[in-house]
Amino acid sequence: MSKTRLATAWLDGCSGCHMSFLDMDERLIELSGAFDLVYSPLVDFKTFPEAVDITLVEGAVSTTDDVEKIHLIRARTRLLVAMGDCAVTGNVPAMRNAFGPDAVLRRAYFENADLQQQTPLVVVPKLLDKVRPVHEYVSVDLYLPGCPPSAATFHAVLTELLANRMPDVASLTRFGA
Amino acid sequence: MSASVDVKTLVIDGVDVSARQDQTVLDVARENNIFIPTLCHLEGLSEVGACRLCLVEIKGSPKLFPACVLKVEEGMEVITHSERLLHYRQTILELLFAERNHVCAVCVANGNCELQTIAQSQRLTHVRLPYRNPKLPVDLSHERFAADHNRCILCTRCVRVCAEIEGAHVWDVMGRGIDSMVITDLNDPWGSSSCTRCGKCVQVCPTGALFDKSKVGVSHPKSPEFLPYLNLMREEQ
Ligand code: SF4
Ligand code: FES
Repeated sequence: MSKTRLATAWLDGCSGCHMSFLDMDERLIELSGAFDLVYSPLVDFKTFPEAVDITLVEGAVSTTDDVEKIHLIRARTRLLVAMGDCAVTGNVPAMRNAFGPDAVLRRAYFENADLQQQTPLVVVPKLLDKVRPVHEYVSVDLYLPGCPPSAATFHAVLTELLANRMPDVASLTRFGA
Repeated sequence: MSASVDVKTLVIDGVDVSARQDQTVLDVARENNIFIPTLCHLEGLSEVGACRLCLVEIKGSPKLFPACVLKVEEGMEVITHSERLLHYRQTILELLFAERNHVCAVCVANGNCELQTIAQSQRLTHVRLPYRNPKLPVDLSHERFAADHNRCILCTRCVRVCAEIEGAHVWDVMGRGIDSMVITDLNDPWGSSSCTRCGKCVQVCPTGALFDKSKVGVSHPKSPEFLPYLNLMREEQ
């Protein structure tokens, strides 16, 4: 049987979900026999490939860049997993929704900057008016709440997915876990 | 039990149970270890039937009934869990999460919150409704306690415990519909209100909306189970 093509992606999140994923430690080595990691911030592929079986997406959608990425990921993924509370609910990144992106930029690039106070126009993508969970942009096949979901949760979920079964997520994790 | 007490027999989830005629379906279910999720109900306070999480089905009726205010009847057949009920309960929870800013990861009550626990028990893994993300105040004016309106679900437990048990009626509800807010006195800061500093509202609040400032950054379990004992003690006196 050919190996599952697994990808992970990182939108507006703190990378905590990826850290927790790595926290599987030696269990990850056991699992790795069943998949090829074809794209991830943990490895050095530059473009999101075609025909991915499973993608775990960390983070909320909060920039124009995130919107492009999530549509591309969805188009090339069979089973899309919203990984962690930011992807599932908006979580901490969405706390700016109550006061808007201008206030964030002012705080970061003016009030807290001693030199060269200016809003970046290149490299840093444009912030959207509202931060939204992934499923408000594209369809999601599995939701994995938790901030971050524990290594045990990742292990249980991946074991099931790699065996072509849907895991019972509610028995493993919850919002804020 | 005296002969004058009228006993009713009914069926809950296929189990024959007996009850006093003044009991609610929720009381009887709990006595028989049948779990019905609740948020506005709290043993020791009056019932308001506000949250609707306790909705149950009654055989022979197309309607749903809130178990916390439904009095038992002879021969009643109650169903507390079904696909239909799960659907309604999940939807209610989704509305609660979408209405304000419940960011569980950074809540003082994370791990000790009834809303969070019930969401998991009802198998809620995401919210299908768009989040409103309203801008809401946090009242830090009180020397010991704080009110974070981002996390209030308007269960009115604080209002009832303050009026019915403490007898102070500092808390109440202001506004209509989605603009409703719990307030202290006539929407005065909590710190300069007529609050007696008893802390009962903090203990009964099911979420991180009302909290003890000294518990920020540490675990903040709530202990609302003092209420029935307090009531019992007062009745004895
Ligand atoms: S502050 Fe707490 S107890 Fe009071 S209505 Fe809101 S959620 Fe309920
Ligand atoms: S517990 Fe019955 S309506 Fe809230």
